[in-house]
Amino acid sequence: MKTTDTATPGVETPGPSGGSGPVVTKTVPPAPRKESKSEGSVLNVFSHGVLIIWAIMVVMPLLWAVMTSFKTDRAIFTSPWSLPDSLHFENWSRAWSQAHMSDYFMNTIVVVGGSLIGTLLLGSMAAYVLARFDFPGNRFIYFLFIGGMSFPIILALVPLFYVMQNMALLNTPHGLILVYIAYSLPFTVFFLTAFFRTLPTSVAEAAFVDGASHTRTFFQVMLPMAKPGLISVGIFNFLGQWNQYLLPTVLNTEQDEKVLSQGLVQLATSQGYKGDWSGLFAGLVMAMLPVLAAYIIFQRQVVAGLTAGAVK
Amino acid sequence: MQHGKYRFIVGFLAAPLALYALFVIWPFVQSIYYSLTDWSGLSPEFGFVGFDNYSRMLDDEIFWKSLQHSLTLAVVLPLVTVGLALFFAFMLNVGGRRRRGAAIAGVRGSAFYKIVYFFPQVLSIAIVALLFQFAYNPNSGAINSALKLMGLGSIQPDWLGDPKLALICVMAVLVWSTVGFFVVLFSAGMASIPRDFYEAALLDGANRFTTFFKITLPLLWDTVQSGWIYMGILALGAESFAVVQIMTVGPNGGGPDYSTVVLPLYVYQKAFRDGQAAYATTIGVALLLVTLAFAAVVMKLGRRERLEF
Repeated sequence: MKTTDTATPGVETPGPSGGSGPVVTKTVPPAPRKESKSEGSVLNVFSHGVLIIWAIMVVMPLLWAVMTSFKTDRAIFTSPWSLPDSLHFENWSRAWSQAHMSDYFMNTIVVVGGSLIGTLLLGSMAAYVLARFDFPGNRFIYFLFIGGMSFPIILALVPLFYVMQNMALLNTPHGLILVYIAYSLPFTVFFLTAFFRTLPTSVAEAAFVDGASHTRTFFQVMLPMAKPGLISVGIFNFLGQWNQYLLPTVLNTEQDEKVLSQGLVQLATSQGYKGDWSGLFAGLVMAMLPVLAAYIIFQRQVVAGLTAGAVK
Repeated sequence: MQHGKYRFIVGFLAAPLALYALFVIWPFVQSIYYSLTDWSGLSPEFGFVGFDNYSRMLDDEIFWKSLQHSLTLAVVLPLVTVGLALFFAFMLNVGGRRRRGAAIAGVRGSAFYKIVYFFPQVLSIAIVALLFQFAYNPNSGAINSALKLMGLGSIQPDWLGDPKLALICVMAVLVWSTVGFFVVLFSAGMASIPRDFYEAALLDGANRFTTFFKITLPLLWDTVQSGWIYMGILALGAESFAVVQIMTVGPNGGGPDYSTVVLPLYVYQKAFRDGQAAYATTIGVALLLVTLAFAAVVMKLGRRERLEF
């Protein structure tokens, strides 16, 4: 810290210590002249260093996994950090077909696809009614929905397991879809209610005066207008449901119905005995790549969707 | 707008509300009721036992361990994650050298950093946990072999197998996977702070530390506070369950000598491994109380005058 102060005379120190007008006018103007090449005060080097180190810490484990997925099991154990001697693509095909990765992918796509559509449809219906209509119990139902955001899911899981069992919904994709929708509703309703309140009422009223029913007004006028909100909340739910682990672990233990995250964990347990580490890493990377690729392509929307959710 | 209004309202609310009531509200209510019974979960019969489960819980050593670990996570994780994220976000948005007359700017390459930092956030927590389980492997894992490569071969910790280190390892993974989200979240908040404030501060000769503590942090306080609560709920809930359940196997699950067992994992084990459904819901109720208390404390501590700008 001492070196920081001494190494940057005239750039940093005069401000706080000198603090007087003349000194500042002397130090601020020179800055634009120097800055373009020499960003290099010690403080800048330090903060850049920390930023770079964190970037490396984020990327290294992912690169390591990709590298490992192309190695032989022997190489994984003897030299974990060396490059693969050749690209062993057979790890990938083994994981895809024999280790059921293709099945897990299909199950996940079915479950997440179904729940995403259901969540957006039911969530926007409930949010629209709660945002735009006055009726007794409106506030109560609204708080009932958003209260669900702060409850720990694990508490409900034990009774939920038996509710599902009694309704013969355990270990079925449609059962899992219904549960995903139910647990996505609190945030979806919360977000979309706020969003529907911001939409102008005049358009809906005009449609209604023209003879459209409430239902028709909703589907043909309000829903298209709510598209930005639906995209944000859709991305949020997509990531949450795609990455869901707790719910399927408890409610979906049938081998053939497993989704990606739990399938991989089970694979790790069973491959541990068989010693097929390379196949497991291939599966791991396989599961990471689609979301990472989607994120890089739709980077702006993903970030906007996720942060819009948390800030509101 | 009155024609057929109530029929429409009922028609639109019926399906979402029914689904929500059946799969969310009803199980929650039931779990509080079950916590007063001796239900095993294996057979349909059970008797009402009052607060027996609760007094049993107070004598349960593993419950106290899991409570202690959960509380540690709820305090340490938000502190580290939010702290790191604030530092990164400030560097990326405000901390750069002034160039071309702009009052504030991020450091060079800030757009790139923001993209990279967010990577872990889009990955499933289960995948992240698996990945780090291998990285922590004491014999051939990435971390210990990297230490060897750097000539630090004498330092080969047993990471997840060491009762003293296991919980820290778990926390590191949770920090790794969530910091990026908060960096982006705080960046969005910082972007909405008017530039005039920074310009005024620069004219007064404020350096970066002063700028951060006198301008950025106070104006960002609402976002920081909701981020804090969000992280705490994560640490108490599903995320910590996934990481602990996947990474720390141990003879009983929950690490060597229960060194990483957390409340949600203990609920899961009691309900689905030990066939003690009623006792599991009791611990679940305790977890609910801890979560609500945590949110209440943060809100109370964080209450400040609301700044409008």
